[in-house]
Amino acid sequence: MLTRENTVNLLLALLLLVAPLAANAFGQPFYVTLATRIAILALAALGLNLALGLGGLVSFGHAAFFGIGGYAAGILSSHALSYEPMIFGLPGTVQMPVIWIVAVIASGLVALAIGAISLRTSGVYFIMITLAFAQMVYYFAISWPAYGGEDGLSIMVRNQFPGTNTMKPLSFFLVCYVVLLAGIGLFALIRASRFGAALQAARQNETRVATVGIHPYRIRLTGFVISAMITALAGALYADLNRFVSPSMLSWHMSGELIVLIILGGTGRLFGPLAGAALYVAFEFALGGLTERWQFFLGLILLGVVLFARGGLLGLLAGKAKHG
Amino acid sequence: MTIALALEQLLNGIQLGVMLFLMAAGLTLIFGVMGLINLAHGSLYMVGAFACATVAAWTGSFWLGLIASLACAAAAGAIVELAVIRRLYDRDHLDQVLATFALILIFSEGTRWLLGDFPLYLDIPPLLQGIVTLPGDASYPVYRLAIIAVGALIALGLYLLIGKTRLGMRIRAGESDREMIGALGVDIRTLYTLVFALGSALAGLAGALVGALQSVQVGMGEPVLILAFVVIVIGGIGSIKGALYGALLVGVTDTLGRFLLPQLLALFVGPSQAGMIGGAMASMLIYVVMAVILAVKPRGLFPPAHA
Repeated sequence: MLTRENTVNLLLALLLLVAPLAANAFGQPFYVTLATRIAILALAALGLNLALGLGGLVSFGHAAFFGIGGYAAGILSSHALSYEPMIFGLPGTVQMPVIWIVAVIASGLVALAIGAISLRTSGVYFIMITLAFAQMVYYFAISWPAYGGEDGLSIMVRNQFPGTNTMKPLSFFLVCYVVLLAGIGLFALIRASRFGAALQAARQNETRVATVGIHPYRIRLTGFVISAMITALAGALYADLNRFVSPSMLSWHMSGELIVLIILGGTGRLFGPLAGAALYVAFEFALGGLTERWQFFLGLILLGVVLFARGGLLGLLAGKAKHG
Repeated sequence: MTIALALEQLLNGIQLGVMLFLMAAGLTLIFGVMGLINLAHGSLYMVGAFACATVAAWTGSFWLGLIASLACAAAAGAIVELAVIRRLYDRDHLDQVLATFALILIFSEGTRWLLGDFPLYLDIPPLLQGIVTLPGDASYPVYRLAIIAVGALIALGLYLLIGKTRLGMRIRAGESDREMIGALGVDIRTLYTLVFALGSALAGLAGALVGALQSVQVGMGEPVLILAFVVIVIGGIGSIKGALYGALLVGVTDTLGRFLLPQLLALFVGPSQAGMIGGAMASMLIYVVMAVILAVKPRGLFPPAHA
């Protein structure tokens, strides 16, 4: 159905595809990289949006999963290039699909552990505990010297995807774009499913969900784990984009930025993360070109959005969200 | 390992705990009374440190710097409360997190703008320089002992302020029923501004005191802020008593963990491996402690009775 929101969504998706194609045709690979950054950040925020937007779980620790995905890419490719086996004698790999699977499984397990403890609490406690656990992962990465510690880990050659040359900016963009679309599709499926309905209901009225025989804790934990997995997948792509992974991917600023992306775009909306990521990267690019202190103005804009424009960019373009 | 070294580490742990208490007390007070989660608390810590370092450099007096840190942090807190925070009391926690995250960006970049990118340095005042000898041949810097004393005094002062004064009575009333004390004719908006400024002043004091131990730079408040979050989560959000016990627990656990874990592991593996694994484990230790405490008591050690 072509509602106003669907039209805006479709235009956004097309714009993100057409702009880098055009930039590539005019020999401007920098803009292709910018679009890739938008797609990857959008995917990371999309993952968080599952927990935050649908489940109402304000996780301030999703940088942990983003970074775990990044380190999965970095560690696997460094082992593949040095031919040193990892634990249990497993070899490294430079194949993105394998890396993605490892990233998703590793982050899922960590999210299960963090979620199992954090979801016993709610509200402010949940915010602070997810933040604290992410810091734990951050400090671990800094103090563990095997993979670069504080200096991070370089990925010499971007990992490969069968059938494409990922070192070409446009090819890598297309890989990220397709993954983003798949992520958006998955999000839409989950939102429309029985599980998605339970997750949203647990946000709106926990007691009522429990009364009809659904365990809110289990629903939330499942949502939290899936959310972390999507964000980790984005992290693996992000490490490949920069060909570098460092503890800064795990820092709490990253967690904050992911939330900011969602809010800039519009909370709980299907294309909110994409709109937010596009807006954020555009700010960064435009303001960063004008002044070194662009974060000062980002702060002012963010404050303005939170205090006065709660629907975000999509709220502005496509009207109020259907569900409160 | 000698007794002297252990004593020194224990005192370092208590000193860290005391600093954390100054931060956590403000955070927990602001949450308890206004229901607000304030990420920008670390920025007020930074403001205090910069105010102290700048004024001390102008006047040559650490003590004037210390007064300036209290005044500047309290003033910055009051201004922020009037301009921004006041609009957030009725909002959900997500909005509070985002708005105060935005404040961090503004404070950090604003400070860089005003004072430049370079860290400032703050000297320990002559009165507190030097080292005292403790039992067991341990020696310890006077300044760090002074920090512990200041922390103890502030804890006592807060206890008296909240337990024994009219303002404290209003703060406690605000914690248990906001609307009722408004209805009874207390000017609740001014009370909120006062509480916020008080919490800010404590954070600024902590920043100034620590400023003489390390360099004063943008971003210095953030690691402390997150430790302070761990403290109030362990102690029970809204409880000043919990903040005190939580702060000491976190300070001592963190310091002793960094000191003892590598030595403990050295009994089992080689010294370089022990240093590496022990260091990594020690940096995670307080979070493990937090997880264990939350697994047993999800609302912290001293949850406020009414919340």
